[in-house]
Amino acid sequence: MSLREGEAGAHVPDPSERDPDASGGSGGSGAPADSGGSAVPGGSGGSGGPGGPGGVVGPGSSAGSGGFGVGTLLRLVSGQQGSAARGRGPDGKPALPRFAEAAREALADAGARHDLAESAGLARDRLAAATGEPSDWEELRAAGAAIRDRALLDLGAHLEAFERAVTDAGGTVHWARTASDARRIVASLVREGGEVAVADGPVLREVRLADALAEQGISACDAGGPEGRDRVRAARVAVTGADFLVADSGTVVLLEADGAARACLTLAEKLVCVAGMDRAVPDWTDLEVLLQLLPRAAGGQRLSPQVSAWTGVVPGDGPSEVHVVLVDNGRTRILGDDVGREALRCIGCGACSAVCPVYERVGDHPYDPRGTGPSGPIGAVWTPLARGVDRAQTASLPFASTLCGACAEVCPVKIDIPGLLVHLRGEVVDARRNRPVPTPELAVMRGLAWTMADARRFEAAVGRGSRWARLVARGGRIRRLPGLLGRWTEARDLAAPPAESFRVWWRRREAARRRLR
Amino acid sequence: MTARDEVSRLVREALGPPRRTPVPVPRGYLTRLTGPEAATRADVVALFTERVAALGVAVRHVGGDELATAVAAVLWGWEAKRIVVPSDLPFGWLAELDGVRALADSPVLDVSTLAGADGTVTGCAVAVAQTGTVVLDGGRAQGRRALALVPDRHLCVVHADQIVGVVPEAVRRLDPALPQTWISGPPSAPSSGGPPPHGPRTLEMLVVDD
Repeated sequence: MSLREGEAGAHVPDPSERDPDASGGSGGSGAPADSGGSAVPGGSGGSGGPGGPGGVVGPGSSAGSGGFGVGTLLRLVSGQQGSAARGRGPDGKPALPRFAEAAREALADAGARHDLAESAGLARDRLAAATGEPSDWEELRAAGAAIRDRALLDLGAHLEAFERAVTDAGGTVHWARTASDARRIVASLVREGGEVAVADGPVLREVRLADALAEQGISACDAGGPEGRDRVRAARVAVTGADFLVADSGTVVLLEADGAARACLTLAEKLVCVAGMDRAVPDWTDLEVLLQLLPRAAGGQRLSPQVSAWTGVVPGDGPSEVHVVLVDNGRTRILGDDVGREALRCIGCGACSAVCPVYERVGDHPYDPRGTGPSGPIGAVWTPLARGVDRAQTASLPFASTLCGACAEVCPVKIDIPGLLVHLRGEVVDARRNRPVPTPELAVMRGLAWTMADARRFEAAVGRGSRWARLVARGGRIRRLPGLLGRWTEARDLAAPPAESFRVWWRRREAARRRLR
Repeated sequence: MTARDEVSRLVREALGPPRRTPVPVPRGYLTRLTGPEAATRADVVALFTERVAALGVAVRHVGGDELATAVAAVLWGWEAKRIVVPSDLPFGWLAELDGVRALADSPVLDVSTLAGADGTVTGCAVAVAQTGTVVLDGGRAQGRRALALVPDRHLCVVHADQIVGVVPEAVRRLDPALPQTWISGPPSAPSSGGPPPHGPRTLEMLVVDD
């Protein structure tokens, strides 16, 4: 689906144009999905930033920035900064940069940030207008969420029904466990057909189809590109994505702005359609809800300019050979998480990105430096759920949010993204709890727990701590903490502690009172 | 183990034992137009016309007996010499053509013939007032999908009784077994600039008030 034209993401510089890892170490793009191994145990965790769940980010208290500024963002992400040296996994493959590291580079690009902010503003206005128009928008959202849950909680049966219906209609369904399985299946289907017309879409980017075709020496043309018109007409084989798979009828549904996919699926002799297996929808009539939710949430339109729906092979009309490739690639892993499976409701509209104050400043790249997964708030939950949180990059994503809740408010299928982020933060912390070497943050927390467990220890620590803190303070503020702690103050000031702690003051006051009595 | 079996197993393991009752879907949304926009049939038709026009489509109302003249006028405006039409297009629609050759898609026309035509004329299966959409499903007077895709101009004839108020009404009228194309205005230009590479860049409609 190319509904997201003109949306915020369009202006992010190509990741290949910049060094993905300025801090030395390793680059990001190109590491295969299965490259294992976590990087250096990072100091991620706890730094929640301002605003609890549902809370609104107030005027920034950070250095000189009003509102939610870059300072706040740096403050938000700086808690993420672990050891600067990012290593390689046990297999020697370079690890991907953490969100905070990649975000730092994105934030340093003032031009890109300006463009992002501008297009995000426009996208927000369009979104507000389109979702504010129908008087039954909330009812549609409730129905959409339930329809998606209904599909997901019985996904096996729905996919089997879909497969039966497609097969009955003369099509073939393929199952791909991983992205590389999907690449292999598609490549083997299109190999003998000359140039392949490709209508790009999120699933095709997810499985890195273009790379696979190039590696296999299969020439491909971008159906949506300026030369697409004539080359699609000449192509015998075409590949598209898909937005919905209707289980009871075997119908594939695709929404788009420009007609590239429509041309592919109409003119090719052989059509290969790649779809995330989560996109099943139980019944044809469920589309009456989704065809209203997706276009309005995605591009602010009442309906996408072009919607195609087809079932298997249609005699005398369009391709005589139709394949549908169902892609798992982490989706069953998400499905297995009782809480996290809500993320699979996603219909790919991008509304959460349009309203996200973090996304507005950093763009697509930091969420997934390889550019294969979803970005924005849904990416921050989808990617760790699909790939696990044992790697530094995926483990950093649940913290890439202020939990302001704007995304949950606009989501057309009511995914509780902040709730899922909190759930995942818990997973990240749990995953690190049993490491032989605790993360610095965990060590600090354990030390604090020990100190605070005893009144005398606590008072002694507070007394000593505030004396030291007052030594570093200038004009009532601490601008830089010494040593490793300095990283934490890179983007925030601390108020200097008072000369006298509350406990000391209380004791003095009580003593004075007793004397008066 | 095949990939299918493996994925099925993973899905089963992820979800546990099958649910006895599916998740209920609250269907409190509107399934028809309400309010002043839908007071009469004429209001629904008027809303369709307004929404279609807002999408950049030239649209005109014509009486049933004026249709042939109106079709000829649109084609004259295009300076069309040669058009392609579905083989079952009602003969009467083209009765007033003067100096325009209409090629019926029977036997099936090849893509270069479609591309070389000055335009196409089709009917539609259903139209949606709220969104300004026409839906083609290969039924009567619509032909195969390529006919309304490849030529650069598309004249779509909509009968007033084909216009419904909202998307749910259209979905319920349509058969998913038939190949559908929902068209809401001409295709958008690509973000990279330049004209949209596919689909008729000119879309016109005639609404026939029966």
